[in-house]
Amino acid sequence: MTITSRKARIDKLAENGDAGVSLVASAWRRLRRSPVFLVGAAIIVAFVLIALLSPLLAPHDPSATLLLDQVSKAQNKIPDPQPGYPLGGDDQGRDFLSRLLIGSQQTLMVGVLATLFGLAGGLVLGTLAGALSGWVDTVVMRIVDVMLSIPSILLAVSIAALFVHPNQYTVIVAVAIVQIPVFARLLRGSMLAQRASDHVLAARALGVKPGAIVFRHMLPNSLSPVIVQATIVLATSIIDAAALSFLGLGNPDDSVPEWGSMLGRSQGLLDSHPELSFWPACCIIVVALGFTLCGESLRDALDPKNRR
Amino acid sequence: MALLEVRDLTVQFRRRGEEPFTAVDGVSFDVDPGQTIGLVGESGCGKSVTSLAIMGLLPRKGNQVTGSVRFEDTELLSLSQSQMRDRRGRDLGMVFQDPLSSLNPVVSIGLQVTEVLERHRGMARKAAMVEATELLDKVGIPDPGRRLSEYPHQLSGGMRQRALIAMALACRPRLLIADEPTTALDVTIQAQILALLKELVTDTGTALIMITHDLGVVAGLCDEVNVLYGGRVVERAARHELFAEPRHPYTHGLLASIPRLDAPRGEKLVPIKGSVADNIPWDGACAFAPRCPNALDTCTQVTPEQESLANRLLRCHNPVEVTA
Ligand SMILES: Nc1ncnc2c1ncn2[C@@H]1O[C@H](COP(=O)(O)OP(=O)(O)OP(=O)(O)O)[C@@H](O)[C@H]1O
Ligand SMILES: [Mg+2]
Repeated sequence: MTITSRKARIDKLAENGDAGVSLVASAWRRLRRSPVFLVGAAIIVAFVLIALLSPLLAPHDPSATLLLDQVSKAQNKIPDPQPGYPLGGDDQGRDFLSRLLIGSQQTLMVGVLATLFGLAGGLVLGTLAGALSGWVDTVVMRIVDVMLSIPSILLAVSIAALFVHPNQYTVIVAVAIVQIPVFARLLRGSMLAQRASDHVLAARALGVKPGAIVFRHMLPNSLSPVIVQATIVLATSIIDAAALSFLGLGNPDDSVPEWGSMLGRSQGLLDSHPELSFWPACCIIVVALGFTLCGESLRDALDPKNRR
Repeated sequence: MALLEVRDLTVQFRRRGEEPFTAVDGVSFDVDPGQTIGLVGESGCGKSVTSLAIMGLLPRKGNQVTGSVRFEDTELLSLSQSQMRDRRGRDLGMVFQDPLSSLNPVVSIGLQVTEVLERHRGMARKAAMVEATELLDKVGIPDPGRRLSEYPHQLSGGMRQRALIAMALACRPRLLIADEPTTALDVTIQAQILALLKELVTDTGTALIMITHDLGVVAGLCDEVNVLYGGRVVERAARHELFAEPRHPYTHGLLASIPRLDAPRGEKLVPIKGSVADNIPWDGACAFAPRCPNALDTCTQVTPEQESLANRLLRCHNPVEVTA
């Protein structure tokens, strides 16, 4: 995707910002009947439940090297599936199923926190730019445009590489920073649309003060495209976070399982034991798909042009 | 002394790389306390820009406002942003054309009404809510207590406009500007809203500037009428004089183009020919000349000046003769 098309897409999303309460209500009515949304929501709910219940569901301690005696580095041998270990073990002799289940915690946490921080940063910058205009707007938007012009995973890798001691929190920071410009540009766009709107003019005609204009009349009406975007960004955050771990820029402590780093570890065994890569990859893809499906159907539902 | 004195108000829009565009060109008029003044003219003649300039609501950049707008003893055009903000809603109120889009869709009606009361009258939320209920009741919204907690989309068009009028009048401004307040409403509701405005204005002694392209509205409401064309006042007269004896060919055309019940059957309506797009600049000509049935050669050579006649102001080289 070229830079311009990415910006254009963000700006187009911002145009859909004029959503009111009625729109939210009718959007919800349509969402409940949308199979795409239901599938996405089911996936998300399932994974959230797994993450919450994984300490109970996991048959073994994910960091205990229980099957170490069956591992042989020289012969590329790892524990096969066996009674009590339905998916076998990994290259350290740890129960693979338990690692997969517990791994959902890290992946979801990192994805959600990164998105929340990115959203928060984007809200602050977007509100500043949209509310103050003038040079603040120019400066903020220049920075945002520069960040947007760098491919996101490259930017995330560069930021993550800045930290001397990488861990899951540096991953969160890196992924969050990458998401900030998207949210900022989106919010600024819909704030600008709000600023030119009739109800803001009407509020100004009543002498309402600038602070109230921004926080009561502009911001709440600008949020819906940002919220939709946040749902979609959750998917990218999860993938980006996994990618950083895969590249070894995540938590070096291997005892806490994480799908991205599991994928990274099993790289060398791809020929002999593809299932070791398959399961974590599959989980990442399915979770990301769940968020994407929800986000896309949310966007369609909130699009005033689709309103019936 | 007049409540509002507008003198030579001129608004120019300037865009980089474009010719400056004069939307309002030397408009002058007075509004006395309790008086209702009409600003009439077709789309694009500068009615809204005039009212926004008076209210200080034009965008900060890209335009130049000159002339003078005196409200009581204050020159509004020289007030700072924040001084003007204190005046708006308290001394000067405004009602806009589209009631749905003029209300904030995500804030309840109650909060939107109390916002003004808290802002200008320093009322606490609770007291303001009580006052808001009374205000909604006064503008004829049934069951005001319940309406306060509802959102704009739950109200009908007429009720939304009533709510907006309640908000504009909440702090008893001495001047209310209504910019086509009934255009977005259906005919029966229009009549109700106009009746309401008239009643409120008479009750409270508020001066009203009524902006409209509908001469029917003018006939029922305004004491004095200014007809605008191309950003200038082309004719001004008291309501009766204007309707009985329109002298400017444009006013004459406007009146001839509205259906009348007392007209003989089969009489044709005469629309004004052409459209605003045919306007020529006022410099060295009359902007209406290309569309004017009375046009003379001078009309495209000399700018008509504003003349004071016995009972009106007129800007025309060849006015319509008085018939009677
Ligand atoms: N912000 C602006 N920038 C540039 N030109 C403008 C701006 N606002 C208004 N104009 C121009 O000024 C002229 C007068 O506009 P105005 O809105 O006052 O018309 P109006 O008489 O209120 O018409 P209507 O009956 O359609 O509301 C129009 O030609 C319009 O294009
Ligand atoms: Mg207008």
